[in-house]
Amino acid sequence: MKTLQSSEITVAVRALAMSASCDLEPDILDKLLAARDREKSPLAKNALEILVTNANIASREQIPVCQDTGIGVVFVTIGQEVIVEGNLEEAIQEGIRAGYAEGFLRKSVCDPVTRKNTGTNVPAVIHLEMVPGDKLRIGFLPKGCGSENMSGLVMLPPSAGIPGVEEYVVQKVKDAGSNPCPPVVVGVGLGGTFEKAALLAKKSLMRPLGDPNPDAKVAEIEQNIMQRINQEGQGVMGWGGVNTALAVHMETYPTHIASLPVAVNIQCHAHRHKEIEL
Amino acid sequence: MQRPKIDKGFFENLHPISIPFEENVLQTLKAGDLVSLSGSLYTGRDQTHRRLVALLDEGRELPIELQGQLLYYVGPSPAKEGQVIGAAGPTTSYRMDAYTPRLLELGLKGTLGKGSRSMPVREAMKKHGAVYLATVGGAGALLSKSIIKSELLAFEDAGPEALFRFEVLNFPAVVINDLEGNDYYEMVTAERLGVKYEKTI
Repeated sequence: MKTLQSSEITVAVRALAMSASCDLEPDILDKLLAARDREKSPLAKNALEILVTNANIASREQIPVCQDTGIGVVFVTIGQEVIVEGNLEEAIQEGIRAGYAEGFLRKSVCDPVTRKNTGTNVPAVIHLEMVPGDKLRIGFLPKGCGSENMSGLVMLPPSAGIPGVEEYVVQKVKDAGSNPCPPVVVGVGLGGTFEKAALLAKKSLMRPLGDPNPDAKVAEIEQNIMQRINQEGQGVMGWGGVNTALAVHMETYPTHIASLPVAVNIQCHAHRHKEIEL
Repeated sequence: MQRPKIDKGFFENLHPISIPFEENVLQTLKAGDLVSLSGSLYTGRDQTHRRLVALLDEGRELPIELQGQLLYYVGPSPAKEGQVIGAAGPTTSYRMDAYTPRLLELGLKGTLGKGSRSMPVREAMKKHGAVYLATVGGAGALLSKSIIKSELLAFEDAGPEALFRFEVLNFPAVVINDLEGNDYYEMVTAERLGVKYEKTI
């Protein structure tokens, strides 16, 4: 058994929130640099250069990479042997609240009916999963909604098959055009139920960027989709070139014999994601 | 005035433009032109637009005069001590489409954001002689360096969605929609498909 104080969790989440918005992880920086190096369109290449410089300025001066510091999405994976003293959910929300206030991050959360800003960037969206072991893992994804708004879900008939899945994902990214700040990361959830597919799509964004799905069949679908998206040629910011997507991540789950749910969660190039283990 | 520290080579051959726009400048801008904006502009996003149009509906006066102005779609992050502003890149423009024609009727001459505009907005821009510009989405830290002054003008309770006046120096942008009805995103698409670009409005 392992006991964690809720205050420890608050401190950890606060630090995650502050760092995630200003310090891009090496995986996304590497992808941006690689994209810049292979880009042929001059305007898109310049834009990628800007993005790399922007990331450097953000980290050096601790200014958010993007002013949209997102709505917090928190993936909590809690070992069955972990006991949290206090209220886990409140501890996380308090960490977000403190991180956004003290880190000078934008408060972007509002009531969906009145549109009144909560002023604190809470509540965050928390997903809790219980697993064996004595570790508590917290993944933080501050999700900007220029890209989130371009997401979609479809319940395909099984007859559509994998070609239908690929077509839907490619079309979604094409329809999004320059809105979600390409080059994008495309999270795909395939299978399960309506809500499971959406959650898989979101969760796939936490994977180290560009790592293929361990299942070779799924990895092949990821590659096909990636290739088709980049052949469309919308490119960085919709200004042309070969870098519309930096990666396609697909997660799958068994589904009903009548169903083929496909969820597409689009993420911008300011792909902020951090994880810690307590 | 101190020039902001921006590394060279981002956009080459930027065309310097003063804002608010001077007379006869707009017709010189063509879709795909790279410009560098200096002067003053207003900011606004979802809530500011909703409120401005609500004021118009109620027959009340707006807190700003829009004639000849450029409106930047941005909701900045808060400034730390010693900063003019936090990160301040563009937000996605289509969300303002429902409101934009009303503001163009009042003489607004340009908007600045990212992503494409609806056909009604493009038609209204053509009718009223206004342009739409885009800048680099997700480059909020860098773009903040081109903002040399920020002043809160209205709707403070909307937080990041309040209406500000920014003074900018060498703020980079691309002309997406020009006065002739050209659309740079559509031009990129035509080029990719290897077909001749034809105006859709």
